[in-house]
Amino acid sequence: MFTFAAFCYMLSLVLCASLIFFAIWHITAFDELQADFKVPIDQGNPLHARERLRNIERICCLLRKLVLPEYSIHGLFCIMFLCAQEWLTVGLNIPLFFYNTWRYFHSPTDTKELLYDPASVMNGDTLKFCQKEAWCKMSFFVLSFFYYLYCMVYSLQTGNLSDSWLFQMPILSARITQQPLGERISPACSFHSLYPWI
Amino acid sequence: MSSNTGFNSQNGPGGQPYANGPLQNPAVLQPPGPGYNMSHQPPYNPMQAKGPMPPGTGLYNSGPYQPIPPVSSYQAPPGQPMLNRPPMGPPQSTSPCPGPRMPPAHATPPPVSANSYYQHPPAWQYGALPPMGAPPPIGAPPPMATPPLAFVGNHVTSSPSPAPPQATSAGYSAAPSPVFNNAMQSPGPSLPPTSLHRYTHEGSDPPPKNPMAPHTYQPGMAAPYGHPPAGPPPSMRPTPPPMGNATPPLPFGPETDAGHIPTPGNGAQVPNRFDHLETGPKMAGPLPPQQPGPPARHMGLSYPSLPPGYQNTSASPMHHPMHAPTQPYSHAPQSYQQPSAGPSQLSPSLAGLSLQSQTPEALRVVNLLQERNLLPPGPFTPPTPCLPKDLQKINCHPEVFRSTLTSIPQTQSLLNKAKLPLGLLLHPFKDLSQLPVVTSSTIVRCRSCRTYINPFVTFLDQRRWKCNLCYRVNDVPEEFMYNPVSRSYGEPHKRPEVQNATIEFIAPSEYMLRPPQPAVYLFVLDVSHNAVETGYLDVVCQSLLENINALPGDSRTKIGFITFDSTIHFYNLQEGLAQPQMLIVSDIEDIFLPTPDSLLVNLNECKELVQDLLKSLPQMFGKTMETQSALGPALQAAFKLLSATGGRVSVFQTQLPNLGVGALKSREDPNQRASAKDIQNLSPATDFYKKLALDCSGQQVAVDLFLLSTQYCDLASLACISRYSAGSVYYYPSYQQQHNPAGVECFQKDLKRYLTRKIGLEAVMRIRCTKGLSIHTFHGNFFVRSTDLLSLPNVNPDAGFAVQMSIEENLVDMQSVSFQAALLYTSSKGERRIRVHTMCLPVVNSLSDIFAGADVQAITGLLASMAVDRSVTASLSDARDAMTNASIDSLTSYRTSVLTIQQPGLLAPACLRLFPLYILALLKQKAFRTGTSTRLDDRVFAMCQLKYQPLAYVMLMIHPALYRVDDLTDEGALNISERAIPQPRVQQLSVEKLSREGAFLMDAGSVIYLWIGRNCNPNFLTQVLGVPNYAAVPQNMNILPELDTAESQRTRAFVGWLREQRPFFPILHVIRDESPLKASFMQNMIEDRTESALSYYEFLLHVQQQVSK
Repeated sequence: MFTFAAFCYMLSLVLCASLIFFAIWHITAFDELQADFKVPIDQGNPLHARERLRNIERICCLLRKLVLPEYSIHGLFCIMFLCAQEWLTVGLNIPLFFYNTWRYFHSPTDTKELLYDPASVMNGDTLKFCQKEAWCKMSFFVLSFFYYLYCMVYSLQTGNLSDSWLFQMPILSARITQQPLGERISPACSFHSLYPWI
Repeated sequence: MSSNTGFNSQNGPGGQPYANGPLQNPAVLQPPGPGYNMSHQPPYNPMQAKGPMPPGTGLYNSGPYQPIPPVSSYQAPPGQPMLNRPPMGPPQSTSPCPGPRMPPAHATPPPVSANSYYQHPPAWQYGALPPMGAPPPIGAPPPMATPPLAFVGNHVTSSPSPAPPQATSAGYSAAPSPVFNNAMQSPGPSLPPTSLHRYTHEGSDPPPKNPMAPHTYQPGMAAPYGHPPAGPPPSMRPTPPPMGNATPPLPFGPETDAGHIPTPGNGAQVPNRFDHLETGPKMAGPLPPQQPGPPARHMGLSYPSLPPGYQNTSASPMHHPMHAPTQPYSHAPQSYQQPSAGPSQLSPSLAGLSLQSQTPEALRVVNLLQERNLLPPGPFTPPTPCLPKDLQKINCHPEVFRSTLTSIPQTQSLLNKAKLPLGLLLHPFKDLSQLPVVTSSTIVRCRSCRTYINPFVTFLDQRRWKCNLCYRVNDVPEEFMYNPVSRSYGEPHKRPEVQNATIEFIAPSEYMLRPPQPAVYLFVLDVSHNAVETGYLDVVCQSLLENINALPGDSRTKIGFITFDSTIHFYNLQEGLAQPQMLIVSDIEDIFLPTPDSLLVNLNECKELVQDLLKSLPQMFGKTMETQSALGPALQAAFKLLSATGGRVSVFQTQLPNLGVGALKSREDPNQRASAKDIQNLSPATDFYKKLALDCSGQQVAVDLFLLSTQYCDLASLACISRYSAGSVYYYPSYQQQHNPAGVECFQKDLKRYLTRKIGLEAVMRIRCTKGLSIHTFHGNFFVRSTDLLSLPNVNPDAGFAVQMSIEENLVDMQSVSFQAALLYTSSKGERRIRVHTMCLPVVNSLSDIFAGADVQAITGLLASMAVDRSVTASLSDARDAMTNASIDSLTSYRTSVLTIQQPGLLAPACLRLFPLYILALLKQKAFRTGTSTRLDDRVFAMCQLKYQPLAYVMLMIHPALYRVDDLTDEGALNISERAIPQPRVQQLSVEKLSREGAFLMDAGSVIYLWIGRNCNPNFLTQVLGVPNYAAVPQNMNILPELDTAESQRTRAFVGWLREQRPFFPILHVIRDESPLKASFMQNMIEDRTESALSYYEFLLHVQQQVSK
């Protein structure tokens, strides 16, 4: 059944793909920043210095341009799922949402510009942190991509996620374990119930 | 090898067995042996030193280093001084064959002592030693040979005397004998009586020791060296019976042969040692034959060496009076300590000893609440890394390269436990009086990590060397085989590159892909009404005129001028013009260069025009009424002008820029200056300056900022232009030609230094460190271009840098790590040069060793830099808390992890005893203080200084030095170029130290105060100040009159000497009670309580409270 939730999942699938691309782009960008080891002698060359500096500034500039789209797309997810009342999905996304907000307003640079300051991004710990962050985000988005896919299919099939077996499973198992042991294995009826054909 | 063989021969059969005994050693020994083949192939055990590294065994590392240390330690040992010295020097030198390198040679001798240290280790060491011993024969002639003999003799005697049990305990004594035993033994030979005494003192167990004494062949060893000591021996004999045995050494000295004969006896002794080792019996067998004793010791040394290093580090173990007497002893104790660190190695009794009494000075426990006077009387000496002496001797000078921890922890978790910051402080372009410069067509570097060859690499043989940073084995190029200094061939290890930790290469053409840039100087001068009022233009133009020929450069040097107020003025100085032509650009929104070719001119060709301009410039704007300042557009113009060549821009600014791009608004609220709350506006208001600085950096342009102002100028924003372009910042608050002559003089002197000092253009600096360590944060003025590469458009001799490091991989199996800073720059003469500094530090695995190697000044300097970052990114109160916590955490860690006995009070190791004081000083420093009225610009400038000044200058700004100068004497004076410089004692910074009867000089780095007490000695007033009485001391007195009296000469010599030590010019203020400057003088009394800050004692109580939580 095509519900609003299903629509949200479909939309988020598409957007999630773009977020994955963003994250991959971040990873390659940081790799490029880090890899200045190609021609050692060249590093002492003033011409190289200019090129390198431009490179860093260019990369930082591009990275900065991606910050807002990324954060707003993710914010959109949260709002959509909130409206669709997909609480579990909202719960999964909220921590990242808060992290993004925090990062946005507490950028570690001393300028008014957001994040990725060319003057400090090359500091070892900053770069490492950014790399880790990009990898974490990518894995998170990849996982959520499949999760959205799954949820979309189910919401299309059942119209209500809470009816799907994924959500039934825990309830079922809870019921089973709650049954007193004696009742389940009661010798008197067990034979009949389990092997009625005997 | 010769030495080895020698030993073997002496030992005869034993030699080999011995080796076995050493079991462990085998690895060590063998590797070394082969390693050094170079010239003296086998003999070269010395290689061991280096060889050891390769082996990969933990041992080997120690091997190389250790050898040396032992030596040192031995030498140090007072007891045998005589003997040792001669042996050391000569043996090595004589046995040159053996030691490919100096170290090796040393190594051999030291080993003996070393053994003593490590009794257990000794076993293998013995094995190792044998080889070493062998060499002696060769070297035999002088040192080595003798020693063995001596040993033999000793051994013989000792062997008889030794009580087996004792021996064991002594065993150590045997080996250890070098250490404490050593003390005993060694003394025996050389200074029998004293040594003996010491022994007894030291040794809590006199009896054992005595037995030991006999064993102490080692003494014998010493004796051998000491051949001459023959005299002493006699005395020795008399003293202790065992000693008597020892005395034999004397005979040895004389008769090497005899010594050999004794060997058997030695063997006997040896067994004892072995027993200790535990290999005992077997070993013993073989041992006797050999003169293993000595060799073994050597080996042992290698291992122990590290401990010895300790000894070196700690100046002197003052702790125990007993030790104190003889330095050697002290060493011994220290060595012990280390053993203690390695529990397994020490026998319980030994361990007990070491723990109780044998603490290196650096670890002496100090109760800060009880001991008040902790300041060293003279200049602070940084701790010495506990490396083998020969390595330490060539290690980089601490003023150039300094580490916060002179012992690097093995793992990051250990470092975290110690709670001390790990980092380096560099002063890479420091003016050096001696700098070896090498011209070579090929610069030898590691092929994988590009490290420059340095004194700490290992030569596997003549043709191969092993990189000490990445451990790759590289070939030695043919050219490197020839040593230009000695004009000999085949000794790559004697090349200057391998003998000097600081060296400069003149780079071949492959290091420059474009022609080296000429020196280009552009002066950007503020000529608004405000600027003219201050009168600084006169000074700048005058200084330039005077120094125009002293500007560093060659025939290509270029110069240019820009002035600005609300418009930008360029000066056409083209050759052929009758007079300079001023071109005014009033379109500051879109700056363009009116005549791009003639604004920067060749200094030599157009000198007259330039001089004309400088003479007329101050008058040209005398009547200007323009109050606006378009600094941003002026900087853009300067950038455009220089972007083709790169160079240096000197900006002189006197007010807040308020026109065009980069205009700033006043952000300071004067009412908040004394606020105890958080200080705002420490970060830049605009990123215009930073962006421009990055552009400049890309074009190799550096911007130096001179800020002369009476009002707020938003230095926090303006300083960015220098920070990211590797410039420097000078700030002269309340600069006024008429009203502040002292400030003018200071500006003049600084300007002179600035114009004439060396300059390095289009520079990059790379800092490499041994695999496993990584650099993660840099402090200073530069642009970080890649994770370990700093881009420095200009580098000046007064710039300091700091880096923070972390340990990414465990440094297990490493005895030492190295750091290399390479600075590639173009000199003002158009040469491409590389200045390389290499520092080697030992790796340790116990917390107490880490604490023992802590360099409190370096830690303070690094913490200050970190705190500056923190106050910009977070807040000032955060930074203050972080600093306080740093001291609390490290002392807590020391209390819980290192101290075995918990006592009341605030306990700190002696090496960190000043830590809380320095932290308190930082909290009261201009940059971080709260509650005291501090102008925002002053604060920001102090922060800039903390970040880019070299440590030596920063320390005075943090903790000024206070001297009493009314009673200067020539006692203990330094003699520098025939001037006697009095050296008064450094006083605590507390008002209680001031007395009305005295005169006190406070050296606060950039300013010096001379405080005159109300009842000051009239003699001082008349003889030094030239005034009849106290009341006649003028309010503003900034110079000491040149009187022809001894007192005056002394005082002026002292002040002059203080000033010479730094590149900037500290103003002298003579103050008395009524002086307005008295407040700033008193603010530097950091041990006292102020309205808003704790006194030192209160601070200690606070720390103690937190520590004991």
